[in-house]
Amino acid sequence: MEVFLQHIINGLSMGSVYGLVALGYTMVYGILKLINFAHGDVYMLGAYFGFFFAHKLGFAETPSLFGIVVVLILSMISCGIVGFLIERLAYRPLRHMPRINLLITAIGVSLLLENGGQMLFGVDPKFFPEMIESKILFSFGEVSISNFQVIIVAVSMIFMILIQFVIFRTRVGKAMQAVSFNHTYASLMGINIDRIISFTFVLGSMLAAVGGILVRLAYPKIDPLMGIVFGLKAFVAAVLGGIGNIPGAIVGAMIMGLSEEMVVGYLSSTYRDALAFLLLILILLLRPAGLLGKKSAEKV
Amino acid sequence: MKSFKWVSVLLTILLTISCTKTEDKNVIKIGEYGSLTGPEATFGTSTHNGIMLAMDDVNAQGGINGKQIRVLTIDDQGKAEEAVTAVTKLITSNNVVAILGEVASTRSLAGAPIAQRYKVPMVSPSSTNEKVTQVGDFIFRTCFIDPFQGKVMAEFAHKNLKAKKVAILRDVKSDYSVGLAEAFNKVFLKLGGQVLADLSYTGGDIDFKAQLTTIRSKRVDAIFIPGYYTDVGLIARQTRELGIQAPLLGGDGWDSSKLVEIGGKALENSYFSNHYSAESKDPKVLAFVEKYKKVYGEVPDGLAAMGYDAALILIDALKRSKNHTPQEIRDALAQTKNFQAVTGVISFNENRDAEKAAVVLVVNGEGKFRYVSSVNP
Amino acid sequence: MKRNLLLFCIIIGLLLGGNFLFPLGLNPYFYLILIMCGVNIILGVSLNIINGMAGQFSMGHAGFMAVGAYTSAAVTYYGLLPHASSYFTQPIFFLISVLAGALVSALFGYVVGLPSLRLRGDYLGIVTLGFGEIIRVIILNMNVLGGARGFTGIPIWSNFFWVGFFVVMVVMVSFRLRNSYHGRALFSIREDEVASEAMGINISGYKVRAFVLSSFFAGIAGGLFAHIQGYLDPGTFTFLKSFDAIIIVVLGGMGSISGAVVAATVTTILLEALRELQRFTGGVDLRMIIYPVVLLSLMLARPQGLFGNKELSLRKKR
Repeated sequence: MEVFLQHIINGLSMGSVYGLVALGYTMVYGILKLINFAHGDVYMLGAYFGFFFAHKLGFAETPSLFGIVVVLILSMISCGIVGFLIERLAYRPLRHMPRINLLITAIGVSLLLENGGQMLFGVDPKFFPEMIESKILFSFGEVSISNFQVIIVAVSMIFMILIQFVIFRTRVGKAMQAVSFNHTYASLMGINIDRIISFTFVLGSMLAAVGGILVRLAYPKIDPLMGIVFGLKAFVAAVLGGIGNIPGAIVGAMIMGLSEEMVVGYLSSTYRDALAFLLLILILLLRPAGLLGKKSAEKV
Repeated sequence: MKSFKWVSVLLTILLTISCTKTEDKNVIKIGEYGSLTGPEATFGTSTHNGIMLAMDDVNAQGGINGKQIRVLTIDDQGKAEEAVTAVTKLITSNNVVAILGEVASTRSLAGAPIAQRYKVPMVSPSSTNEKVTQVGDFIFRTCFIDPFQGKVMAEFAHKNLKAKKVAILRDVKSDYSVGLAEAFNKVFLKLGGQVLADLSYTGGDIDFKAQLTTIRSKRVDAIFIPGYYTDVGLIARQTRELGIQAPLLGGDGWDSSKLVEIGGKALENSYFSNHYSAESKDPKVLAFVEKYKKVYGEVPDGLAAMGYDAALILIDALKRSKNHTPQEIRDALAQTKNFQAVTGVISFNENRDAEKAAVVLVVNGEGKFRYVSSVNP
Repeated sequence: MKRNLLLFCIIIGLLLGGNFLFPLGLNPYFYLILIMCGVNIILGVSLNIINGMAGQFSMGHAGFMAVGAYTSAAVTYYGLLPHASSYFTQPIFFLISVLAGALVSALFGYVVGLPSLRLRGDYLGIVTLGFGEIIRVIILNMNVLGGARGFTGIPIWSNFFWVGFFVVMVVMVSFRLRNSYHGRALFSIREDEVASEAMGINISGYKVRAFVLSSFFAGIAGGLFAHIQGYLDPGTFTFLKSFDAIIIVVLGGMGSISGAVVAATVTTILLEALRELQRFTGGVDLRMIIYPVVLLSLMLARPQGLFGNKELSLRKKR
């Protein structure tokens, strides 16, 4: 029983991080109907920016809460810029092309970021400086919750609530929803499509940056190829919940985290990655709109 | 079509460039293939650095009988099919007389059959899977093999740590890890111990809590983790985060300064087997470490030392071969006995595996590796 | 009919001749590249059928190649090798082996295609990507196929003749398909599915058939690949390999068979030739940067690829 509980805690913790990245995917897909393959790599860049800033600003030597916050904000800004550039340079010129071209471009950007990262940062994994010491916060019997897990869940929740607020309670958010509905009609309403799309990318990239740094606290290893599989799983989480659906992304991510933990714990870790795809296939075959998605009839 | 013509012109130019063979009679060409990019790039790069250190040294001292050694390096990106192309190219297009490589047994297994087919000697600095030298009599390795290393740690666990029940956590993606785990398992059971859990992870994973939670429930005396340092550091951390206090054991894949950088305090009082100890007061080791630090600006890891030694042994064989033909080099290599290398005294046995001692190191409180004991074959 | 027979004999003759001459005159390294060109051509042309002609974006092609490669390797190693090695039986066994791989691959194509092809666009891509990964993970865990250690000891049976033979066969079938009723149905599905269905075309049927054919050919490529490398590693068949195939199809122009052929040849040779670049850049492998940059510039400047929708034609323009 206690082992089971521990698995649940582990799963929820991983799930919240998947959630942060899944939100980015789902927002971009909602607006552009594009699977931004490069999103996982933005997550990777977030971790690297964090690493870079932590060392440059000397926080690596003197860990502190203030340090983490500063590094987080700087990294978010940098990733926001990266996201903006990617959209502007790679996706915008192709916006009117068939979707396949956009998909291929996304793959190209992703490959470029990965291999460019390998060239720039060196291929060996780097290790994130220990900014907070690992402590077991609560433990009853065989179950223990570390401070990392609490921080990850807490911070993720905060950001997810923030995003919900932005999308559902602000004007910009309403504009985003309008654009995701239909570009032409939205622009007829006086919304500047380009700006909204850029804004969405920036927002999504910032979330990815947060995800990248949060995970580093508990799992301090970073390498240029870390974004691929993680990003893919976050994407699956988004689809699970219903792509384009914000709360869906969070639900999907939690399911993703939990099931992964269960499979690895009770079956075998070798099928961990395959599980993500299995879930995806099942959901797409049984309920393609996702758990929280709505079935929409396709207009001919 | 204009673009068609353009493309074909470009292609022809490129092919011609690649065809130009710089004919140098006064040069001995050695090939090297390794993973300089890709997920295991650090292994390839370290080995490469070690090899070049040795080669540059020899060249600076006049080369072999007046001839300079030229090392042609091809990056196989960590992919087996690239390894095949690389070895084929080195032998047939670049006409090398011997090959150094590869670090990973997977890629050595891909490249060895080709070297054997064309009868060019191949020396692997660190592939420990038994099958590698079984490919043929032109394939050598300057490291010990997994069965030996597994035995070392199993005996250490049983005799020195008095462990009766252990758990094994292996990297299913690496045949090095799988082979080592198997070897340990066999010997430990024979010694009368129990393996209460034999779990796996995939190299590159960052979260191991699921497996560790299961291990925790078994209450073992020690955990054997025969993986690479990139994962072991994280595993160690999470072990302590879950409250597991048992000592951790491992193999030469742990050998790197980065291990403690990531694992931190979690690794205190953990043991692993290795080819050599950087602490050794042996003048050869000291000289090597000094030289390496001067050229590359960092402390060499085990792979760099292995690369260095493999290169040294090859150089020695070259010196003993009259005309530097592949066959002569092979024969000279086979006769290598008691070669004083940095990582120990090396002799090739009849399987062309290196007979050398292994050391057991412990990670102490300050994160340094301290020598515990040696085990001879 | 007679003309076709004559053409067939000429081609076989040329291939046999080439098979003798090439290994003699050509350095084994270039020979290897030539064979790999052939394998990539088959891979590209096979993907072109489903991605290019039918417009169904499949991203798991590496999985089918893997199935073909491992199956044929297993058939050779476990079934035929103990009995083989005569000069006459070897080609027959090889043919059996490759075809076995292709058939199993086609079967997988059916199993994967049937549920997946209901989905459209990006979803189909991700699902096929998923299947490809699942296949790879399963192979990774099958010790009888070598698992993580890889499958060693495959005899080198692929040669210019066989690769050339299959290239010619695959290309010819693709061309015949393209100019047939079935091919036109595929193109119409690509252009507008709803309209096609309204015209009475059974889109599911055609899609699945195209998928199965595509997987069959991918299996052939896999079998040939296995018997020239002599060694199989599951790490070869990741989604990156699927992307390689996609890039070939896109570069050549989606739907164009000659485009895929040219693109496969160009990329294989280019990637090898660029290896020499390492001499100038001090060992840093720039290829992996150039690769995506070329892809991106292609998308931005000439998204229809080299040939667009056209083909190289030997017929006079009317």
